[in-house]
Amino acid sequence: MALTVAPIAIVGLGVFSPSIDTWRQLWEGPLPDMLWTTAALLVLVGGGTIALGTGLAWLTTAYEFPGRRTFTWGLMLPLAMPAYILGFVFLALFDYAGPVQTAMRSVFGSNVWFPDVTSVGGVAIVMCLSLYPYVYILARSAMREQTPATYEAARMLGDSRRAALLRVVLPMARPSLAAGSALVMMETLTDFATVQYFNVETVSVGIYQVWRGMFDRETAVELAALVLLIALVVIGVERLLRGPARFHQRGAPRDIERVALFGWRKVLAVGACWAVLGAAILIPIAQLLYWLFTSPAVVTDMSRGLEYLSNSLGLALAAAIGAIFFALLAAGGARFSGRSFVRRAAHLVTVGYAVPGPVVAIGVLVMIGWVVSGAASNPAGLVLASLTGLVYAYVVRFMALAYGSVDASLEKITPSTVDAAHTLGANPSRVMRQVYFPMAGAGAAAGAVLVAIDVLKELPIVLLIRPFGFTTASVWVWELASESRWAAAAIPALLIVVTAMIPIAFYLRRERRSRGSAVALETRLTTAGRL
Amino acid sequence: MNPGTSRRLEVRGVAKQFEAQPVLDGIDLTVEKGTSVTLLGPSGCGKTTLLRVIAGLERPERGTVTLGDRILADGARFVPPEKRRIGMVFQDWALFPHLDVAANVAYGLPRESSERGRAIAEALEMVGLSGFESRMPSTLSGGEQQRVAIARAIAPRPDALLLDEPFSNLDAALRATVRSDTRNLLRELDMTTLFVTHDQGEAFVLGDEVAVIKDGVIHQQAPADQLYSSPIDPWVAAFVGEANLLLGDAHGESARTILGDIPLAENAFGPRTVLLRPEQIYLSPGSAGEVKSVEFYGHDCSYRVEVDGTEVIVRSIAAPVFAQGDHVTLSYEGPGAIAYPAR
Repeated sequence: MALTVAPIAIVGLGVFSPSIDTWRQLWEGPLPDMLWTTAALLVLVGGGTIALGTGLAWLTTAYEFPGRRTFTWGLMLPLAMPAYILGFVFLALFDYAGPVQTAMRSVFGSNVWFPDVTSVGGVAIVMCLSLYPYVYILARSAMREQTPATYEAARMLGDSRRAALLRVVLPMARPSLAAGSALVMMETLTDFATVQYFNVETVSVGIYQVWRGMFDRETAVELAALVLLIALVVIGVERLLRGPARFHQRGAPRDIERVALFGWRKVLAVGACWAVLGAAILIPIAQLLYWLFTSPAVVTDMSRGLEYLSNSLGLALAAAIGAIFFALLAAGGARFSGRSFVRRAAHLVTVGYAVPGPVVAIGVLVMIGWVVSGAASNPAGLVLASLTGLVYAYVVRFMALAYGSVDASLEKITPSTVDAAHTLGANPSRVMRQVYFPMAGAGAAAGAVLVAIDVLKELPIVLLIRPFGFTTASVWVWELASESRWAAAAIPALLIVVTAMIPIAFYLRRERRSRGSAVALETRLTTAGRL
Repeated sequence: MNPGTSRRLEVRGVAKQFEAQPVLDGIDLTVEKGTSVTLLGPSGCGKTTLLRVIAGLERPERGTVTLGDRILADGARFVPPEKRRIGMVFQDWALFPHLDVAANVAYGLPRESSERGRAIAEALEMVGLSGFESRMPSTLSGGEQQRVAIARAIAPRPDALLLDEPFSNLDAALRATVRSDTRNLLRELDMTTLFVTHDQGEAFVLGDEVAVIKDGVIHQQAPADQLYSSPIDPWVAAFVGEANLLLGDAHGESARTILGDIPLAENAFGPRTVLLRPEQIYLSPGSAGEVKSVEFYGHDCSYRVEVDGTEVIVRSIAAPVFAQGDHVTLSYEGPGAIAYPAR
């Protein structure tokens, strides 16, 4: 348990032992700009995802229009499109040399005005499109699970639909919206890859530059501490917005009565859904496929690609096994000891998910530093230490997924089930073998898949920790995209997107069967508030 | 107490389908001004759907709903729920969890009204919750939440009040008191009230009249005593209480059954199904049947007696005097029995 908290604690301690010199240097240098950019990006992405997510959730919950059923799940799909992929496709399409501006110049002449896409605004749009589903899913489930009866009560007491939305639905969904946007902001803080395409420098970019460019460990730790501080502020604000209580209503989730839209309203609703879906996933995938089939350069990279892919898979496998191992220990321990402090401590193992990736990465890097400081001259040892550290960082970061899955399946074993087994004559070891293991097994497998997939598409942590020369599929995409070799990046990008679809498909199948929601998203969405 | 604006509620020929499955199939129901009707039916019979149609939360495919002289729904018109002036108490009460008790009760009152404060206080007083104004719903017990839900529904003085299984989430001990309090309050307010319940005892206590609904059709609407003594068909007979439905051969004023000749309420001839309530049959030592089981409930007891291969239920207001295996004779003592055409 201490193991999973350590990297974050190391960075956290950095807050309390600031080195004045470093800070003065930073403050006179790029830091004010970075802070300003980070704040602007957080506000834009946080606000944008709330508007987009909540609006779409209400539209698909309260109104009827052609294709609504498809949109309700289709609008979750952009979760599978990492921002660092969406970002470069967006740039390729809208940059000065891209087809959109080229076409505009050919129509309106070469002086036609176009907003600067490589800006905070540009990257905010990309991040909103790839992150809004978090808010959308939470808002929708809040609207379905909490509000139908209260919404109807409000209507019976004289509220129009709009009044009921403002007086009941939104206030009741507020905790979910706050949690969703907090999560989105964590993801925004984590990212330093996408923003670099856009020449936008946030504090997280600073961490990367300081570490990779200057190997300045002390400054990197200080900056990571700053990011952690920002994250804590975000969580604090979320707590404040959430208010004192979460609102639970009894009753099965269901829809409120939908009103059919006609005329221009119908066109607008359908258009809005298609526009979001198109911009967030359909057009990017089409563009990637187009590159895939038209660019000859793609094939020449294949052999290297296979190596990178196997690196990704190996890493994913190792992290999944590690995460499941610790999750079984923590969840099982919490359950068997039955003491509340153990339970709370077990929850603590999941904090890695709630803090931005670079914080975890820097913490792990510091620990690697301690380990190899004695044997720094041995390059093979360094590589091994880095790889171990990478797996370790992933276990810390994605532990919550494994823990959530395992814990959820253990949750189904009620005390009376165990008692029943005992009264039927089973001894403790038989109960373990025949009750706990089979039940936990399914959860562990699901958790392992989730961890593996998240590792596969993860970028910031691997960029920071990887030993020299070690490349994964996601790093490959990023390197190619950074060099504007967009067509070549199409294959790994598509691979990542397709893989990322898997957990979403799981989630959708479960949601359709309407029994509970998949652990992955649940965990993801609840960890943010747990710190 | 202010006179309410209570009005007569009338439902005519209402039909509603869900996915090609008729849920309401031509419902006729009337609640006279200031009276209460309970809608009694097994689960899945469409009773909640009917309530929601009246409330305006569902649209009927056919039929009309009128309240006083206002048409709320017919083929062409559909008044949205917020314009109907109908109060509703939901099964799970559906209090607004983010608002305190006073704000919950005030929700349906006009926003800028000098009467507001007084109306809140009055509604809370009526349900016995004065002093609870600033409590949050999550801090209230089940019974208190239920009373807030009623206060909230009656505060705007609706023309009619609908209650959907309002007591089913309360535990048994609390239910009886809350139930009679609610009934007395609504009677005092002269409120036109429609309850929905699946519990026969509750239906009899709450309603001036009981309407029995099954498969989307109202089988019978009548005062409880009449419903119990003269059910319109064997299904209603068995649904509103324990019933012995014995085959008999009617010949004018009586019918021959395994319990001998039973007087009939109306003259009939030929094969009939005769309704005998368990408390109308008396046991004495004899040889006509054998006691198969005895259940003692405290205030009464119930025997299952086998007569010629048919099981007859007998209820007696006393501690058991016969035991399993005893041989008994059964006699009927009651008014003329109801007889249905035999199936």
